[in-house]
Amino acid sequence: MFDFYFHLPLIVRLVLQAIAVILFMFPVAAACSMAERKICAWIQNRPGPNRAIAPIGGLLTPLGLVGRIPFLGPFLQQMGIFQLAADGGKFTFKEDPVPGHVNKFYFILAPIIAMIPALTTVVVVPVGAYFAVINGQTVLQPIVLANVDIGILAVFAVSSLGVYAVILAGWASNSKYAFLGGVRASAQLVSYELAMTLSVLPVFLWMNKPGGQGTLSLFDAVQMQNGVWHGLFNMATYHGMWGVFYMPLSAFIFLVALFAETNRAPFDMAEAESELVAGFHTEYGAFKWSLFFLAEYCHMIVGSAVCILLFFGGWNILPWIPLTTLIDWLSHIIPFATHPLFMGLVGIGIFVGKVFSFIFFFMWVRWTLPRFRYDQIMHLGWKKLLPLSIANLLFYTLAFALLAWLKK
Amino acid sequence: MAVIQVERKPLTFAERTYIPQIIEGLWITIKHFFQPTVTLQYPEQRPEIPKGYRGVPTLVKDPNGREKCVSCQLCEFVCPPKAIRITPGELSESSDNAHVEKGPQAFDIDMLRCIYCGLCQEVCPEEAIFLQNTFSMSGYTRAEMVNNKAKLYELGGTLPDEHLKWDKKKTAEEHGNAH
Repeated sequence: MFDFYFHLPLIVRLVLQAIAVILFMFPVAAACSMAERKICAWIQNRPGPNRAIAPIGGLLTPLGLVGRIPFLGPFLQQMGIFQLAADGGKFTFKEDPVPGHVNKFYFILAPIIAMIPALTTVVVVPVGAYFAVINGQTVLQPIVLANVDIGILAVFAVSSLGVYAVILAGWASNSKYAFLGGVRASAQLVSYELAMTLSVLPVFLWMNKPGGQGTLSLFDAVQMQNGVWHGLFNMATYHGMWGVFYMPLSAFIFLVALFAETNRAPFDMAEAESELVAGFHTEYGAFKWSLFFLAEYCHMIVGSAVCILLFFGGWNILPWIPLTTLIDWLSHIIPFATHPLFMGLVGIGIFVGKVFSFIFFFMWVRWTLPRFRYDQIMHLGWKKLLPLSIANLLFYTLAFALLAWLKK
Repeated sequence: MAVIQVERKPLTFAERTYIPQIIEGLWITIKHFFQPTVTLQYPEQRPEIPKGYRGVPTLVKDPNGREKCVSCQLCEFVCPPKAIRITPGELSESSDNAHVEKGPQAFDIDMLRCIYCGLCQEVCPEEAIFLQNTFSMSGYTRAEMVNNKAKLYELGGTLPDEHLKWDKKKTAEEHGNAH
């Protein structure tokens, strides 16, 4: 049956995979908004949304019936699952007014532009791996929509387009609060982009050998942590060591910049609800507003996915236990452990679990820290993180040069 | 008073990086994350009303079932937002309490005006009006928010009374030594 899938034309397989990824991203991004509310509530010793329940009758009958199952129904109600459905319904069906004073074309374009880069970056992010037999050899293959060698470049290039949505929304709204939000967001995103890019350079310096086979692929970044991909050095002896142990400072700068890039607290300058009403999306409502929201969560998901791939071992369950080792152990118990489907699901499960813990961390930080002032953000970005990431890059460059020279 | 100059300690390097503070903050919030919630699930769980709570004003009866109000209208006059309207009336000759002489014919408290100050309770010489436990009043129309006499007695019920002033008066009268 699965062989049937692998015999489908490539284009059909890719379309199916793309649909699967989008079908995963959309509900998860939506569920993140509920997770956000619940986590915020629990941190503040509140129960959070726990009243809504779907009615029996009408479109929501299946959901309503689920709500009446003993134990499960009340539990879901406590977790706010029905509230999530109600919110989704509201965003989809409520009236979507366009204020009279806006630039209509760009006003409508902005949420679309927000959504496109958020979903496009997923294309180059591998989410798992499986053994495939190619030319009689068993090789580890990534589960990814497009296994391109420019992986990290594509992520940076496309995800930085997201700032245009914020600027367009702020400018097209023709309102001072939205405008200030847009201006702040653009300044902030541009400042942190630099530190972010410089912080990941050491990883790829390490992965690429002068005159050797070069790559910027995220799959190979994980393979290096597995000890399979050899860049400057033979990594086999360190197999399974996560990037964060080699380059803690890079990981730290990347994470901080990621918070700023995704407009999350303590860097949520673009929204700053206590200063700018709601920032760049002040004039938005209903479905267009929810698109901005979804885009923010999609950015968070992709951002944490990239961070996990580069520094936290991708789909490896624990440091020093790569997925291949885990599958090796499992194959003693489960006969079909090396089957692509099983292995793929295990890898995806581990990876998604890691992404969720990252998103939890994002929310945890948001409900812990107060927002930075605008000048503090600029100060931190330009005077602290940027020099730090340059120093970090220089340090690793010199260290690699020295190590390579010693090895000779 | 002498001014005391307090030396502000310079921040240490660790404090200036802000990271130990962030970790401490994260530790505090995660502790709260696992603590039980403190929210009262309101319509199902009711708050405990403390003694002396000033809720909705009500009229009360004494343990013998006599309405205590004698329609002296002091509460009406003292009421700052003029929420109370009393139509005074005379008790009929046939009534058991004819010796009290007066009682309210109608007694309306407009809960849209009432400010729960408790002056009516304080001023009442007969201890007939009390601000009691009821704290949630709601209605669909303005008329519904006016408590009439029947509603006020229903809300008020009976409160214990040690003196039973008017009963003593009646007994004294029957024994011929009134006043």
